[in-house]
Amino acid sequence: MEAIKRVSGRAVVIPGDEIDTDRIIPARYLKAITFDGLGEALFYDERYDENGNPREHPLNRPERQGASIMVVGAGFGSGSSREHAPQAIKRAGFKAVIGESFAEIFFGNATQIGLVCVTLEPEDLGVLTEWVEAHPEGEVEVDLEAGEVRFGGRVAPLGIREAARQALVSGRWDPLSELLEAMDKVREMDERLPAPGRGGYGRMR
Amino acid sequence: MAGKTLYEKVWETHEVRRLASGQSQLFIDLHLIHEVTSPQAFGMLRELGLPVAMPHRTFATVDHIVPTDSREEPFADPLAQAMIEELRKNTSANGIELFDVGSGKQGIVHVVGPEQGLTQPGFTIVCGDSHTSTHGAFGAIAFGIGTTQVRDVLATQTVAMPRLKVRRINVNGELRPGVSAKDVILHIIRTLGVKGGQGYAYEYGGEVIEAMSMEERMTVCNMSIEGGARVGYVNPDETTFAFLKGRPYAPAEDEWEDAVARWRGLASDPDASYDDVVEIDGSQIAPYVTWGINPGQAITVDETVPDPAQLPDDEAELVREALKYMQLEPGRPIKGQKIDVAFVGSCTNGRLSDLRAAARVLAGRRVAAGVRALAVPGSEQVARQAEAEGLDRVFREAGFEWRYAGCSMCLAMNPDKLVGDEISISSSNRNFKGRQGSPRGRTLLASPAMVAAAAVAGEVVDVRDFLEAE
Ligand code: SF4
Repeated sequence: MEAIKRVSGRAVVIPGDEIDTDRIIPARYLKAITFDGLGEALFYDERYDENGNPREHPLNRPERQGASIMVVGAGFGSGSSREHAPQAIKRAGFKAVIGESFAEIFFGNATQIGLVCVTLEPEDLGVLTEWVEAHPEGEVEVDLEAGEVRFGGRVAPLGIREAARQALVSGRWDPLSELLEAMDKVREMDERLPAPGRGGYGRMR
Repeated sequence: MAGKTLYEKVWETHEVRRLASGQSQLFIDLHLIHEVTSPQAFGMLRELGLPVAMPHRTFATVDHIVPTDSREEPFADPLAQAMIEELRKNTSANGIELFDVGSGKQGIVHVVGPEQGLTQPGFTIVCGDSHTSTHGAFGAIAFGIGTTQVRDVLATQTVAMPRLKVRRINVNGELRPGVSAKDVILHIIRTLGVKGGQGYAYEYGGEVIEAMSMEERMTVCNMSIEGGARVGYVNPDETTFAFLKGRPYAPAEDEWEDAVARWRGLASDPDASYDDVVEIDGSQIAPYVTWGINPGQAITVDETVPDPAQLPDDEAELVREALKYMQLEPGRPIKGQKIDVAFVGSCTNGRLSDLRAAARVLAGRRVAAGVRALAVPGSEQVARQAEAEGLDRVFREAGFEWRYAGCSMCLAMNPDKLVGDEISISSSNRNFKGRQGSPRGRTLLASPAMVAAAAVAGEVVDVRDFLEAE
């Protein structure tokens, strides 16, 4: 698996706090048996009106096409556990999301598919937001090894749960192969612990 | 040495090992799946050439996309039909039990688990759905996971998870008449905030919680996630054991005593230490209604909608955004707010006691002209029980539609949707923008009794006025 130490690119600001996963990807786009095509449905109801005509939205602006870093507010990704939300962001070409804070399940889901989510102190986030708004062509760099976000000659320390940072920089963000290593012990636990319908409480006496 | 919380005890018996990342590899006793978040996971397994490791620990139901007005197949929506067929294919190919439509066991995943006795104290339980916290009502550690983690559980019966801190929430005193479990959890979320629970498991206790039925405890645990807590639980007690006894997948008679003895030992020790403790006075809680676009934006029915002009800047902006979307006037009482739709159902409040509470208000009354009202039982079993009691007749005679079991208008992935900027009062758990199927649709969350009262009045009213009149 690819180690993710640094990501960089042009950025786009999605303003507002508490953006929930219903807004990131409306429920009707969950009606599919693959994740294909989710990128186009990202923020659909905010980007398009009921007739499918584009609205005023940062993701619709010509100068923001091709952006790969998303700058958001606080509490991003609250609500439903749908992985469709980070999948849509990733499939729309984003490699990282920078915000003040993230909802727990969203953060976990994102990290596990290699979408980097890092936080900045509110002050630094404010500076970054303004700078991105003023510099559509500007590059933002998220450096997980150095623990900083760099833009326009500035440096801001980033926040990320250490376990997640480790997982990303060591290329172990998808834990499946590591989980599979312990199957002997897991099978032994399955034998030992009660199972629904199968019981097993008598054994534990 | 200080005692342990239930969370710690369960974690310790289920931790397979520590991963290099510092997360724990956690053994999962019960995995529940449904049609929306599982097909991609099975697809990933197929690509990797991996089998389902322990199919006897996974159970499936279909809830999110099933139509609730007709059970005839093929469904009117071909995508919905494709999803249910994919689930049938995946479960039968892998030896997983499916509670299919018409089996008598189908229903919303968080209603079905407990009613079948799959949900047991001390279990670790996961499902690709954030309201998995519901199962914590039984003293289980239950949480929602993403689809890639559904894949992990199918392949290994484990997930990688960071360990949470534990916050004890004591709800003391006695609830006043007309106040329900829904009001308790809306009060807790309002008090601690929609992000207050991040990084925590919530342990609910105190006199009010102890006096609650299992169905009420499920309502409370269900909405833990709306307060930011991925896990919410109640220590198992006699109420828990009595509920489980004799259920199809619960421990059989010859094991029952052993099971109960084990469950008793799992409850948090009296001297357990918590990362945080919060005290809530239950006697101060009144019936709640939300006015905004997240479940923390809630007020009691006799309060007024907040006025951003009276708030500090950082709070004012969110309030302004919410009021604009909801088309509500600042400073006005929520009582008297007109409604278009009334919805009784969902994994929060779609159980028998919820239907009874709504029916009690509706008996001998009629839904107001112009209001569309839906009652959707949480499972086929709930529907059967309600019909045996004649509740379906009460709903129908009042002017409600009586539907088949499913998630329905909680998230409107089936044909039950709001239209345009319709405003609904709903016994579900989320009032996010567009949640009920129309990008401009508006949702007021409340208890089933409050929903029934509003359906009759055509506007938000205090259910206590209805109950007093009896
Ligand atoms: S009833 Fe609503 S919240 Fe519950 S599982 Fe269904 S869609 Fe999710």
